[in-house]
Amino acid sequence: MPVKPADGFIAELSPLPFIRASVMYTRHSESLRLKEAAREKEMAHRIEIGFREGVRDALGEKIKKRINNDLRIPADSVKTIEIYTIDSDLGPSDLDAAACGPLSDPVIQETAIDCGIARGFDWLIEVGFRPGVTDNVGKTACEAIALLTGKPTRVYTSRQYVICGSLTRADAERIASELLANDLIQHYDIFDGKTWDTAAGIKPYVPRVLGENCPRTEEIDLNVPDAELIRISQERVLALTLDEMRILRDYLKNDAVLARRKKAGLGAAMTDAELECIAQTWSEHCKHKIFNARITYEGEGDTREIDSLFSSCIKKATREIRERMGAGDWCLSVFVDNAGIIRFNDGWNLVFKVETHNSPSALDPYGGALTGIVGVNRDPFGCGKGAKLIFNTDVFCFAPPDYDAPLPKRILHPRRIFEGVREGVEHGGNKSGIPTVNGCIVFDKRYLGKPLVYCGTGGIMPSRIAGVPTHTKEILPGDLIVMTGGRIGKDGIHGATFSSEELHEGSPVTAVQIGDPITQKKMTDFLLIARDRGLYRAITDNGAGGLSSSVGETACLSGGCELDLKNAPLKYPGLNPWEILISESQERMTLAVDPAKRDEFLELARKMDVEATVVGRYTDSGLFHVRYGDQTVALIEMCFLHDGLPQMNLRAVWTLPCHPEPDFSEPSDLGAALKAMLSRLNICSKESVVRQYDHEVQGGSVVKPLTGAVNDGPSDAAVLRPLLDSFEGIVVANGLCPRYSDIDAYHMAACAIDEAVRNAVAVGAPLDRLAGLDNFCWCDPVQSEKTPDGEYKLAQLVRANEALYDLTTAYGVPCISGKDSMKNDYQIAGVRISIPPTLLFSTLGKMEDVRKAVTMDVKRPGDLVYILGKTYRELGGSEWYALNDAIGNGVPKVNAAAAKTLYEKLHRAMMAGLVASCHDCSDGGLGVALAETAFAGEWGLAVDLKAVPAEGIERNDELLFSESQSRFIATIRPEAQQAFEAALAGCTFARIGKVIPEGVLRIECLGGQKIIEESLASLKAAWQKPLAY
Amino acid sequence: MPQQIKAIVITGNGTNCEMEMAHACRLAGFDEVDIVHISELLCGTKRLDDYHFLNLPGGFLDGDDLGSAKAGANRILHAAVAGSEELLFDQFARFIAAGKLILGVCNGFQLLVKLGMLHGLDGIYDRQTATLTFNDSGRFEDRWVHLRANAASPCIFTRGLQGIYLPVRHGEGKFIPRDAGILQRLHRQNLIALQYSDGEYREATMDYPGNPNGAVDAVAGICNETGRIFGLMPHPEAYHHRTNHPRWTREELPEEGMGLALFRNAAVFLRSESL
Repeated sequence: MPVKPADGFIAELSPLPFIRASVMYTRHSESLRLKEAAREKEMAHRIEIGFREGVRDALGEKIKKRINNDLRIPADSVKTIEIYTIDSDLGPSDLDAAACGPLSDPVIQETAIDCGIARGFDWLIEVGFRPGVTDNVGKTACEAIALLTGKPTRVYTSRQYVICGSLTRADAERIASELLANDLIQHYDIFDGKTWDTAAGIKPYVPRVLGENCPRTEEIDLNVPDAELIRISQERVLALTLDEMRILRDYLKNDAVLARRKKAGLGAAMTDAELECIAQTWSEHCKHKIFNARITYEGEGDTREIDSLFSSCIKKATREIRERMGAGDWCLSVFVDNAGIIRFNDGWNLVFKVETHNSPSALDPYGGALTGIVGVNRDPFGCGKGAKLIFNTDVFCFAPPDYDAPLPKRILHPRRIFEGVREGVEHGGNKSGIPTVNGCIVFDKRYLGKPLVYCGTGGIMPSRIAGVPTHTKEILPGDLIVMTGGRIGKDGIHGATFSSEELHEGSPVTAVQIGDPITQKKMTDFLLIARDRGLYRAITDNGAGGLSSSVGETACLSGGCELDLKNAPLKYPGLNPWEILISESQERMTLAVDPAKRDEFLELARKMDVEATVVGRYTDSGLFHVRYGDQTVALIEMCFLHDGLPQMNLRAVWTLPCHPEPDFSEPSDLGAALKAMLSRLNICSKESVVRQYDHEVQGGSVVKPLTGAVNDGPSDAAVLRPLLDSFEGIVVANGLCPRYSDIDAYHMAACAIDEAVRNAVAVGAPLDRLAGLDNFCWCDPVQSEKTPDGEYKLAQLVRANEALYDLTTAYGVPCISGKDSMKNDYQIAGVRISIPPTLLFSTLGKMEDVRKAVTMDVKRPGDLVYILGKTYRELGGSEWYALNDAIGNGVPKVNAAAAKTLYEKLHRAMMAGLVASCHDCSDGGLGVALAETAFAGEWGLAVDLKAVPAEGIERNDELLFSESQSRFIATIRPEAQQAFEAALAGCTFARIGKVIPEGVLRIECLGGQKIIEESLASLKAAWQKPLAY
Repeated sequence: MPQQIKAIVITGNGTNCEMEMAHACRLAGFDEVDIVHISELLCGTKRLDDYHFLNLPGGFLDGDDLGSAKAGANRILHAAVAGSEELLFDQFARFIAAGKLILGVCNGFQLLVKLGMLHGLDGIYDRQTATLTFNDSGRFEDRWVHLRANAASPCIFTRGLQGIYLPVRHGEGKFIPRDAGILQRLHRQNLIALQYSDGEYREATMDYPGNPNGAVDAVAGICNETGRIFGLMPHPEAYHHRTNHPRWTREELPEEGMGLALFRNAAVFLRSESL
């Protein structure tokens, strides 16, 4: 059945010239490069918008502060001017109506058309986008002007920074390149105030993509020597190994395959579309080859075989936990869909997924992180029948912002990464109307090469729609493949394969893109209505690998597909079929639509101003068949595409590292030590970031990220009500502790899991309704010339997975979904930076009644202070040792059996209303937890360290800062003492003091000689200072 | 028989507080509450005329890309309603002329201000006489603030209130009037219904973070001369239950959130009017 072209296809493309390449391989960088339009275009106009005299320019002031503080350049003032370059021949009255209408604010702004507005400055820097880069403001301006004037137009935006101060041109260059513009996606021009002519202004520059209207498909002969295969893989950013390339070569020698290809007009060489599609599908990013590898593990005098870490650790644990739950099993869909699905109550299901967007964030922190958050939004949204999104949770790992050594090539300063990522997630989350309920930031200098940007999103869906369960997916042959949302451009090409490599010199710039939360919001508004009306059968997102992955994967449900790329709506002409197939342009979902519902679906889309296009149909042919018009550009057996990749064989060798034990004595001033700990980047307040995220939109916020007497204490976990007419709630928490992997990744993982679980328990989540998500970010664990310690890193991965199995089964907390990112390395010019192996464990819990939630702030004087759990001499990898430049060896170890009993009993005590406050002990241990509990509640504590149950500890600093796991500080009303102690009978706990009306933290030390006494104000100041605005 | 009262909550193009806004309307006693996508208004399948209370919730209309709510205002001013001779704005004008109630929160307040609809000075509802622009901090912020109500204000929504504690969640909430004359009129006519204030709701404050954005004269919410159109930056719909309060685990609070008072006032007023 021929597929009808969709309405609104923007350009007539010439018939497909099918090039029989005589050369084995042609470089394609020529066609990849986006061509710029001529700089001076007759018909283009510039509208400039600036603030009136006397109106405060808050953005300009913020930039000035960063120029002064971050770059240490003495700018006196910065003002901003917004530029709209109008690429059409609007007349003066239309231009004026646009300028004075939607584009400016008449109360505070002034406008100029085709002349400059800036005057009396020293330097002017104008920053605009490169051709093809998503320009959200430009798109909105374009729609507004079309509505206003009735005339179609193109609008491109740029911004001027007008700077006063005695700066050199070199200073201006630095400001432009190191702060204002990212060369990958933006260009800038610098103008000297001395030679500036306001009347002349700046000539319009139109960054339009000029496409060649001749889509080409190349054939690549793979019947070549191995060296050529390697070169093809490398030059095309395929990230395929020689073995994998050989499999492709051999695939094309099969007679049945050749016969089928011949019938479709294809030869014995592979088309670029096929090669690219297979590379995406087989990428580490999509296929998790390392997690599915057969591993020979040697260590502790023992050798064993592991057949897939994913199957033998993660999936196995979940299977066993579900078997134990029996009829009470609340898991609905695990590991098979874009996200995990669990039951919330009889009428509703919860969905949760955490992703990373590390590599793009390294190159363009703002765009990378924005795309990360709006990208992970589409996972729960594209899961089952589709879920409404109800929370985001974000965890970042950066190098310290005060990094002051020279930066290796292509690396942005950590401060710039931090601010860019923060802002990207702010725009992505806030503009999507999804509350960012919690998160954390971890600093370690090894995140310099690649920052980690974990973005998680939860959703809720009715458990049935029209009687049909929503957590499964079905597609029938004949269903139409419909793409909705944004259009396809060259952005995001090779994202999947690029993130399957280390960051290197040739990392493709097209992998970077900028998300558009509003286009996505419009699409999700539409699709939720379409879902409830039953207008589609299945939904999935277009993420890594674009259509090749979304259609390739869903086609497994029907048994094949036929896709016509000529129908796909493009941002601009000039894309080759392979580019359309694998482009990762954002804000797109792929739907399976029953042909009988086609018209209703498309009509609703049109009404709601959302693009929706039929691009093919699902079949049961067993083939992944892609055409461009009448021409077949890819024909791959579904089974080869998905199962043609043999299991990888890897070797892991474990040796326990031995670090020198630190040699420093207990400091005489423990109060100063406590304050120094509170000022550690990994411990200090993150309020300046938290406040910039909307954490209560949707109206169901119960435990917010900041809590306490003046709303600034650090909550352990988030509690929210997804259904406003019910008191049932959900709990969201995270755990990660990468420093421990310096000693043993087993304990790093165990502690991360314990932290995520105990954070959830601390606010009131029941252990038996907690689900987990694992998100592994590793440095390359495959032994090679560039990774000589790959076998050790793989052993770390094995051990972390074994910990995951041990802990999740011990707690009965099943993983429902997860993700891995295996190549978090940087390698350029002989410099290699690898991240510490990092597991983020996230938990999602169900609370029956949110009104029983507990927060971490001390509540009232006279309450009793308890420590729950035992303290050991576990300072290896601790913040206290890090402060003293040591790692040590005594890594914290989780006693899961004891912890489980404690968590269950503590939960019962909380539900009985016996607990006034509860705060977990994590980074910085008991000392930090006591200080936070006290200053958050603004009442003092008097505590005796001698009462703390401990083993093997003789020093106060060790008792205060040991990071032993599974511990809490709880405060209890005196009248609840007996009931509380009875509830916890059998667990290790002790009453260590009481809440006092004075605003001090008073700690009696071991030996009874020393006393720490610090005002809460000074402790809080130490904690708040490092990352204050 | 009391008047049946119907509320409409408009969504679409980046609005995102429609659920809790509708929830607040229901809790306040509206007989019917519809969340309506703006495309339904533009298609003519829904009409403002069928409702008594128009809610413009918070969010990011068109991403606030051209300045907060600017593109959204442009749409209401210029978009035509299919199958009719009228613009969407005509329905708004008719709604106002009928003496019905409009509440704009955050982005909805920005929309009212950018439309010029809120001031309605001298009965003109499409001329901008003030604006809401970038916070002095240059940042989006989510924080709870105290708001002092003006007892002399004609505002229907703040009747009987002395003060109210609500969250702000915005990057562009700084109120600036066009000129001193406008500001004087707002004061003289008591159109400034809410101001950022100290914790006891006694004095308006210009100090950050009590005044989170640097708003001129600490203006947090203003109404038109009839008191029937009201816009405010803080979110009353975000405090509909005591568990929304940031300190509900440490303070004795009434079950119902303070924000509901605005919606209850709207419901009580509409029940007593025949519109």
